[in-house]
Amino acid sequence: MILTRPSQIRDLLARVRTVAMVGASSNPLRPSYTVFSYLRTQTPYDVTPINPTLTEIDGIAAYPTLAAYAERRGGPDVVDVFRKPSEVVGVVNDAIAAGAKAIWFQYGVINDEAIALADRAGLDVVVDRCMKVENARFCGGLSTSGLNSGLITSRRPII
Amino acid sequence: MQHEHRFGFATRAIHAGTPPDPATGSRAAPIYQTAAYVFGSTEQAAELFALRSYGYIYSRISNPTVAAFEERMASLEGGLGAIAFSSGLAAQLCTILSLAQVGDHLVCAQNVYGGTVTQLSVTVKRMGIDTTFISAENPDAARAAIGAKTKLLFVETIGNPSGIVADLRAFAALAHEAGIPLVVDNTFATPYLCRPIELGADIVLHSATKFINGHGTAIGGVLIESGKFPWGNGRFPLLDTPSPGYHGKVFTETFGEYAFLMRARAEVSRDVGAAMSPMDAWLMLLGLETLELRMDRHVRNARAVVGFLRNRPEVAWVREPQMGSVFTFGLGGGREAGRRFIDALELWSHLANIGDAKSLVIHPASTTHSQLSDAELRLAGVEPESIRLSVGLEEIDDLLWDLDNGLRAVSS
Repeated sequence: MILTRPSQIRDLLARVRTVAMVGASSNPLRPSYTVFSYLRTQTPYDVTPINPTLTEIDGIAAYPTLAAYAERRGGPDVVDVFRKPSEVVGVVNDAIAAGAKAIWFQYGVINDEAIALADRAGLDVVVDRCMKVENARFCGGLSTSGLNSGLITSRRPII
Repeated sequence: MQHEHRFGFATRAIHAGTPPDPATGSRAAPIYQTAAYVFGSTEQAAELFALRSYGYIYSRISNPTVAAFEERMASLEGGLGAIAFSSGLAAQLCTILSLAQVGDHLVCAQNVYGGTVTQLSVTVKRMGIDTTFISAENPDAARAAIGAKTKLLFVETIGNPSGIVADLRAFAALAHEAGIPLVVDNTFATPYLCRPIELGADIVLHSATKFINGHGTAIGGVLIESGKFPWGNGRFPLLDTPSPGYHGKVFTETFGEYAFLMRARAEVSRDVGAAMSPMDAWLMLLGLETLELRMDRHVRNARAVVGFLRNRPEVAWVREPQMGSVFTFGLGGGREAGRRFIDALELWSHLANIGDAKSLVIHPASTTHSQLSDAELRLAGVEPESIRLSVGLEEIDDLLWDLDNGLRAVSS
């Protein structure tokens, strides 16, 4: 299912535990490193880089492929994708084969064929959104920077 | 993004940005009168400084009470986010510095606040950024003024004090055609009467000192950005090339739709240092809770005052506001009649501000717009005899009684 409503994305983020990040970089200037580092240090998620050119990022062992990850760790709750749109149909096929439950296409990673493929295979799909930003929206991070979280509530936040 | 249920304006004016305080459960927004925040660990500190996580470092960059005000303004204007400043002019300067540098160019409506004209034509010009002023009534003139180095088009929703309402849709269309953002000062209208982002504007500015505060108790400014402008279109190297202020980070690449807001806060506002104070942000939050109620009454009282002045023989002309509660009128006796009128008032306050609960009066040519030449005054829509009223929330009979006293002093 393609998730577009805030409550759907909030529920996905609440049930995720393992994140396999395809295209994670060790270069601090790359967006993928920013998101990797945020998810590793600021959330309870168990995040793993998937990148054949790296052995580790910040002490977290990298796997060369989603298949290698799945063999050791089982299917990830979500595959977070930082790749060119033209290359992501293959990533979806790998994610389905690895038993991933959801696939998250980061900003600008838009490929209609890949989206439809993942949706048909029963994965939850998020498109053109950032896992870091969506996590921050529901955990209060956006609000610390004057960003519009869209949240209106008179319930006491859970810290 | 929003919940499935879309909350209305008055609800957001009271709730947006202020869920119960996470630390104490306090239902009213607490005043975090605090300068700096302890890091959880050296690793967390490094993540914060590298803009890889969210949180508070130092109140020049962000503060919990100020952030609550910013989020509420972003919600009311329908923007992605907001940044608050120590004044409206600081918000304006930081917007310009976020997009333009030496050698660049701006296009601005000529009927704007006199302080804006001076900021652009004196201080910003000294920084090597030139401005071409155009008529707010003629969007085509703006098209002709936009060149290869132009970085933004600036107009006021309602010109101060001319009352000219800009055609925001037309200005937005021609700005976007040229690949530049439309920046709109929405101070006179407030987001209750007009939401420029819904009409195509990309950045909205306010002097929050006015209707947002509503009671003349604090100076402040705020910028709100839509998050819809394509900052990576090649025209904004400050946003889409490596930033020396952040070890070569490319803001458009790292922050996507948040690129402008992140750079404007983390680099420009950080370096300029004109942050809003927590106490002032708290006064702004309190003011916003009654914005809708106040604006309805401001407008109702203003209509009654216009009707009253129209029927007086001493009054030569009234520029009826198309929106809002600030407008000008002229007395038959010119400048001297204006002086006698203002001096005879008891209840209306003679001061340089607008948007207060109290009714205010001023002679722009000798005060707010006194830095302008006669030619600039005419272009700004200010006649030498113009008297500007900011109609407040008092009992209408009392306001008219006092105006009657002033007009009698003119004719006697």
